Amino acid sequence: MRLRLEQVSVWLDDHQALRAVDVTVPSGAFVSLVGPNGSGKSTLIRAAYRALRPRTGSVLVGEADVWSLSARESARRSAVVHQHEAEPAELTVEDIVAMGRTPHKSLFAPDRPADRAICAAALARVGLSDRRERTLGTLSGGERQRVLIARALAQQSPLLLLDEPTNRLDIRHQFELLALVRSLRLTTLAAVHDLNLAAQFSDYVYLLRAGAVVAAGPPAEALTPARIREVFGVDAHVTTHPVTGRPYLLLSPLSPD
Amino acid sequence: MTTARPARSTVATTPVAPPTSEQVGGGPRWRARYLGVLAGGTLLLVAATVGSVTIGSVPVPPTEVLSVAAHQVLPWLPADSGDPVVHRIVWQYRMPRALLAVLVGAGLALVGAVLQAVVRNPLADPFLLGASSGASFGAVAAIVSGVTVGGMVGLSGAAFLGALAALVLVYVMAGGRGRLTPGRLVLAGVALSYLFQAGYSFLLQRADAARLAQSALFWLLGSLAGARWYNLLLPAAGLAAGMVLLLAQWRSLNAVMAGTDTATALGVPVHRFRAQMFVLTSLLTGVMVAVTGAIAFVGLIVPHAARMLVGADHRRLLPASALLGAGFLQTVDIAARLLDSPRELPLSVVTAVCGVPFFLWLLRRRTTAQVVG
Repeated sequence: MRLRLEQVSVWLDDHQALRAVDVTVPSGAFVSLVGPNGSGKSTLIRAAYRALRPRTGSVLVGEADVWSLSARESARRSAVVHQHEAEPAELTVEDIVAMGRTPHKSLFAPDRPADRAICAAALARVGLSDRRERTLGTLSGGERQRVLIARALAQQSPLLLLDEPTNRLDIRHQFELLALVRSLRLTTLAAVHDLNLAAQFSDYVYLLRAGAVVAAGPPAEALTPARIREVFGVDAHVTTHPVTGRPYLLLSPLSPD
Repeated sequence: MTTARPARSTVATTPVAPPTSEQVGGGPRWRARYLGVLAGGTLLLVAATVGSVTIGSVPVPPTEVLSVAAHQVLPWLPADSGDPVVHRIVWQYRMPRALLAVLVGAGLALVGAVLQAVVRNPLADPFLLGASSGASFGAVAAIVSGVTVGGMVGLSGAAFLGALAALVLVYVMAGGRGRLTPGRLVLAGVALSYLFQAGYSFLLQRADAARLAQSALFWLLGSLAGARWYNLLLPAAGLAAGMVLLLAQWRSLNAVMAGTDTATALGVPVHRFRAQMFVLTSLLTGVMVAVTGAIAFVGLIVPHAARMLVGADHRRLLPASALLGAGFLQTVDIAARLLDSPRELPLSVVTAVCGVPFFLWLLRRRTTAQVVG
């Protein structure tokens, strides 16, 4: 299922956070949003799933405008992993993953064996089957993030939205998490802080500045030294990573010439 | 380049084995605990309820309590051999009182559990967010002005309107849509509680002071002494309906507890859902407070205790909170009658004496991160 944002403008109070943004996430692709703090990455993610209503423009999930769908229908199409999660620490891992079934269930409905099988498969997919009964407060940061991915998987939505999913993870867990997300082959839109992570894992990169798209394309085309200098205010030297073959950015403070 | 080695692991696309941990499989068996809590709680509640009927100026043995109840429910059973006066005391006063403790304890704990999830604040309870004082204000205003149309129903209605007004005002004052921070919410609730308290204190002062002094204490601190069979009806109906309607929403409650964005992402229409929960909890609070006055702490501490025992999933938390709340208030009412016998202590005095130490212990026991949950 494809995600398209067409000419989307979002105001937060009287501040324009997105300026006529066009973003397309082709079916099955991994698309990253990169940009400095305040460039609109999180806002764009939130606008993509009904958490923020654009003042102008439209968000199309598949062929449907997201605001023509009910909250439930929208949640069946896109699952979200948030940046600032504050899940209650008393919830167990399986409680949290079971929340992913919410958009598929009516009032009162208990979890059927089918739901439990979906949740168990989701937990197995992220490698946390043995943490089922643990409470969230007893897990490490990397494990928590994987629990939230498992919940998104239990939601069985074709579209996955991630808001800085590697935030606060150490480098190994950053790699592992994004490798896991890629391996799911869902249509994925992710706000990513680290340029090299974006370059390594993305099919396409959108470079944002002050709520507008500055560049878009495959990492090697979008992340040029000139644009990085313009957007982030740092010098960049782009090489090819000797092992992964992906673009690799060597960053340094702006030279004073 | 030195980065070559660590980068190698990134090409792996299979799920990564979890890092080894010394704590694997040490989790509590929540479901087994839940059933244990339900069974144990029910036993204790029945025992406390029977015990509550036995005590008073005329002690009545538990066997006689049961025989009176059996005779009333199944009239063809032989009447108990005891004194008809005892029979009357037990049936007309003590049993309604014991049952009211069950209903109100369960109802307040249920409201507390729901509000703590909906506003995402562990300090939320019917008292702190102003619903109780709003309900008291509504009831006092109705009594003082003499507009008690329809007796108990009118009084409950006035208490309900007061509770609803308080909750809506707190919600609006705290910022409403999307910016509802715990700090603002608590401040708004506290401020409004003072306003309503000032309001009904003023009304009571203006009215016949001698006649209403007792009733001021009643509304401020709560009492079950007014329990009769006829005023059990509304709390019973309210509790039954509330339990069904709230339990129906257990998934949405779990989602909202996790945060506004999370709930939206899971398909819960958050603002509409919050509004529904505010109306429902106001209705319940109003119905309870109209009969017993404002009983503090039950709605605050019982859900926390229940969460420690059965976890935070509302499918388990709501029934467990209601059961523990009923048992707690029953025990508190027994203590309120025994401690200062033959006088009765106001219930909030006893709940505060039990509740504050428990709450402080809870705060010390849990980390800040967990409390903020």
